[in-house]
Amino acid sequence: MSKVASRYRDPASETLSWRLILILLAVAFLGIVVVLPLVTVFYEAFRKGTGAFIAAFDEPDAIAAIRLTLTVAAIAVPLNLVFGVAAAWAIAKFEFRGKTFLVTLIDLPFSISPVISGLVYVLLFGAQSYLGPILKSQGIQIIFALPGMVLATIFVTFPFIARELIPLMQEQGTGDEEAALSLGASGWQTFWYVTLPNVKWGLLYGVLLCNARAMGEFGAVSVVSGHVRGLTETMPLHIEILYNEYNFAAAFAIATLLALLALVTLALKTVLELRYGDEIAAGRKH
Amino acid sequence: MKSWRQPSILPGFGLTLGYTILYLTLIILVPLAALVWRSTGIGWDAFWALAFDQRTLLALRVSFGAALIAAAINVIFGVVVAWVLVRYQFPGRRLLDAIIDLPFALPTAVAGISLAALYAPKGWIGQIFAPLGIRIAFTPLGIVIALIFVGLPFVVRTVQPVMAELDREMEEAAATLGASRLQTLTRIVLPTLVPAILTGFALAFARAVGEYGSVIFIAGNVPYVSEIAPLLIVIRLEEFNYAGATSIACIMLIISFVMLLIINMLQMWSRRRYSNV
Repeated sequence: MSKVASRYRDPASETLSWRLILILLAVAFLGIVVVLPLVTVFYEAFRKGTGAFIAAFDEPDAIAAIRLTLTVAAIAVPLNLVFGVAAAWAIAKFEFRGKTFLVTLIDLPFSISPVISGLVYVLLFGAQSYLGPILKSQGIQIIFALPGMVLATIFVTFPFIARELIPLMQEQGTGDEEAALSLGASGWQTFWYVTLPNVKWGLLYGVLLCNARAMGEFGAVSVVSGHVRGLTETMPLHIEILYNEYNFAAAFAIATLLALLALVTLALKTVLELRYGDEIAAGRKH
Repeated sequence: MKSWRQPSILPGFGLTLGYTILYLTLIILVPLAALVWRSTGIGWDAFWALAFDQRTLLALRVSFGAALIAAAINVIFGVVVAWVLVRYQFPGRRLLDAIIDLPFALPTAVAGISLAALYAPKGWIGQIFAPLGIRIAFTPLGIVIALIFVGLPFVVRTVQPVMAELDREMEEAAATLGASRLQTLTRIVLPTLVPAILTGFALAFARAVGEYGSVIFIAGNVPYVSEIAPLLIVIRLEEFNYAGATSIACIMLIISFVMLLIINMLQMWSRRRYSNV
């Protein structure tokens, strides 16, 4: 705390006045770019009073949207969790050719627009696709229904857990597992009692980020949803509808829930980083 | 015969690698292949006409232009923010550090409606600029604002760890040898940060190009003026113009892959630079 006020002039650092200018610049920039939008969400939600705020949730469509968001995340996150653990085991614990390429492929969804992530499923399963008529004759609906929304969410959040675990497990090496195996533990026992405890905080960190994105995804889900009110509307899509109907108070009221989710995610993430910094592959985030 | 993998006593390689490849193929590769395959069905001439019509070209220009400007602004302020967080001690530093990641965590639709409210002519920031005749929301300027929001953490989080590892003795040596602080910063510190800054720039740019949710509420979405390429894909889909949507998506994908390649090359380059030190 006292470094700013220190009279001692370090020749390998900036002068006090420059430090203050740069700190103020950083604070002002983050205040305008990041903090103000967050404050606006809560301000707009309560501008018309708490009555309007509560009324936004006293609506079957809003409740259905919240339920659908939770359902989609509850399916997508565990599937990506299993994938992330399997991918990290294969990639971090073994040496094989083509590994770098595999990692690049896993990262692929990060560089694809969410809209395209939704579009690919429409092209694959939609009514105009080759599979479309076959699916229809079997009575299976994927696009404009829950399966499509889950698939799009899985696509978008695909790399989160894997890329959190891979560097962490690479760093830890294979020594612990080899010791366990040589002492007679089975493969599953080794994974369950040795590997998993070693990576649990990193795993939780990845799940947190994956879940935040899964619940908040908009573009990809919007493309495959079909926007059937009360049926295929997640919370972000419900916000869009309310906003486009000029029902701003309700739109921002629903938005506060997602903003709270973001804040809780950030708080937990910060706690994990401070407490278990060494156990969650820090330095290679995002 | 040389094996394609090194022997190991750990079990489960076949199972986990097999599952990884199967899941990757089903979720990512097959759908992407469907996109590419559908685009080949359009035929070259039709594809060319769809991909390079006036509206598509302008949408691509808006997307890439705004992303470029936003990433450039993020580089300037992102480096300042990272420097302040790494080098200075002041009350509230932890909080400031935690807040950087908010754009990652805040759903894009929430950011979108909030930014639109903030920069609309009657919003907190919009009303400052409205008397000056400057409109931010519902113009291309609004798109840049939204893309600055989503791209900021990419720059800060890429530059920050590299800054933390900087060797301060180099700066002290420069100061001892008579360099001014500005000379030290521009000739000693900045060159070491260049690879990280470029990577951060590329990541922020790549994210901004494909961004949809946070942009559409503030953009105004006027065709030929403030319409981004992802939105045009959605519009084509709603018109059941699958060929049109597919061709725009293909062009964006190709550009994204080139970006990915560049990011990987930058990372390889920076790794080599640091391992040589």
